[in-house]
Amino acid sequence: MSETKHILLRWKDVKADFRKLAEYRKHEGFEGLKKALAAKPEEVIDVVKNSGLRGRGGAGFPTGVKWSFIPKQEPIKYFVVNADESETGTFKDRLIMETNPYQLLEGLLIGAYAIGAHTAYIYLRGEFWDIAAQLDACIEEMRKEGLVGKNILGSGYDCEIYTHLGAGAYICGEETALLNSLEGKLGQPRVRPPFPANKGGGLYGEPTVVNNVETIANVPWIMTHGADAYKAIGTEQSAGTKLYCVSGHVKKPGVYELPFSATFRELLVDICGGPSVEGRSFKALLPSGGSGPIVPLNDKVLDTRMSYEDTAKIGTIIGSASLIVMDDSVDITWVASKVTKFFKHESCGKCTPCREGTYWLDKVIDRIMAGEGSERDITLIENVAKNMAGITLCALGEFAANPIIHTIKQFPDDFKQHVKKDGKAAKPVALPAAGD
Amino acid sequence: MAIIGNKKYQERINEHLAKYPDKRSAVMPLLYIAQEEYGWVNDEGIAEVAQLCDMDATQVKSIAGFYTMYSEKPKGKYWLQVCTDLACALRGADELHHELLHELGIEEGGTTEDGMFTAEHVMCLAGCDRAPMLQCNFHFVEAVGGLTMAHLRELIAAARQDDKTLQKLIAKWRDEVNKQVQQS
Repeated sequence: MSETKHILLRWKDVKADFRKLAEYRKHEGFEGLKKALAAKPEEVIDVVKNSGLRGRGGAGFPTGVKWSFIPKQEPIKYFVVNADESETGTFKDRLIMETNPYQLLEGLLIGAYAIGAHTAYIYLRGEFWDIAAQLDACIEEMRKEGLVGKNILGSGYDCEIYTHLGAGAYICGEETALLNSLEGKLGQPRVRPPFPANKGGGLYGEPTVVNNVETIANVPWIMTHGADAYKAIGTEQSAGTKLYCVSGHVKKPGVYELPFSATFRELLVDICGGPSVEGRSFKALLPSGGSGPIVPLNDKVLDTRMSYEDTAKIGTIIGSASLIVMDDSVDITWVASKVTKFFKHESCGKCTPCREGTYWLDKVIDRIMAGEGSERDITLIENVAKNMAGITLCALGEFAANPIIHTIKQFPDDFKQHVKKDGKAAKPVALPAAGD
Repeated sequence: MAIIGNKKYQERINEHLAKYPDKRSAVMPLLYIAQEEYGWVNDEGIAEVAQLCDMDATQVKSIAGFYTMYSEKPKGKYWLQVCTDLACALRGADELHHELLHELGIEEGGTTEDGMFTAEHVMCLAGCDRAPMLQCNFHFVEAVGGLTMAHLRELIAAARQDDKTLQKLIAKWRDEVNKQVQQS
């Protein structure tokens, strides 16, 4: 990407305040929507399909393909933006909404037009209270300029946008739980099929597309510059740029937009400045928050490109690109415990393997952490974890099993040092000190 | 006290009910309004929300119980929620959380005797690059380089002075953070 540095954080390149509608419009703002409204909906879907854009919420499903599943003949359809961003270590959608809200709203309108929806909802995690208020204000600004509501830009196309605040439940980032929550029901996943795109499976039973904030914020650029320009950025199977969220033990944590072709070394060493504490070295990396497999942060990993296909080769995923970095002061048993407690708290309670499994995993890891565990406990937690993965209604069961299975596989010594051998007392886990 | 017939909320209630084709969808925004009025989600609030959304009180109560941001017991004037999830904990959030409880003289989830503060730890709040951080009455409290006990002592003193002083302080820290973002 020679000239284009940023797509999602374009305001950095043009040095403008995109929180103001006039500034955003001065710099290509709503040009993509104009182009879309002048084309047929199916042509818009084709452009997005050809761009290679994949869902940025974690799963990486091709966006244009998702849109094409919506049956044309149904009179009512909904477009929903998933702004529930709750994965441990994820804070990218927040930055888009805080610094470039109109690009999200423009992308939303293009998507809604492409699938023939006239009502769109943005489902925000409850903690994004201030952001929801800012988006509401942006929507009213757009209304003054004929960019939302009836007859958008004189095209004859109508669309209303509403924000909806969640109230503190990670599970509502799962699309069917999100739809239940939006309908005023418990935020628990639904049995599929029917899928949200099918009649009977979406919001109020109508065909519905649910897309992540970052995914949608790419769409205006794709419409303005074309599918080929977008495809030219990134790697073969991972087109475009990605917002990488870096937290933990690096000098400069933050959100950085890079093409998928960038390596972990370029991001964590060159940009983030390496380990945060002098004399420490990198030990481990969670590339996709709490739910993706952990990897040792060695040279092989550092030289891997941060794309869907390259991270698969090193046994992990790029997912939502929530990189949590740990230096060699960290005991991975403690990491497994932290992440397991998260999933225990966030399990919605619908499926038995996840509800009971997270409880037992937490209990056994606590025992090991206290120096009271035995070697049999390691086998026990592996067994419990294996019996949670892949047999629940949503992916949370698998997410909750991942930290244990992969921490034991990648860092077996961290666990073994805490379990009793020959009846001798083991060492309890030392917790990281403040400022580490 | 009431939300139905209360002029303060009338417009917002109508707006929320108009947003959805089904009244039931307004249950979450209306529960927030009930919480604002009563300070927590009590039986009176639940009955009113049920009436507005054409639901049973039991159904509304199950929604209130499922989500962590609806409080099922009275809270202090300021509800401090410290993120102690992995990314924040790697930067000292567990210690900050314990020191805050100690400073306030309360147990986890407890409220100070003067009814000013309730403090507890919560899961990831999407502020990991500014760790440690917290949320005060659902507004992010973040500072460049992360919050320290010095920040929190300042925050407590400001809140005890008056709400305006507290909001000014939080806004000052936020401006510093935003400046850093714009310059990055």
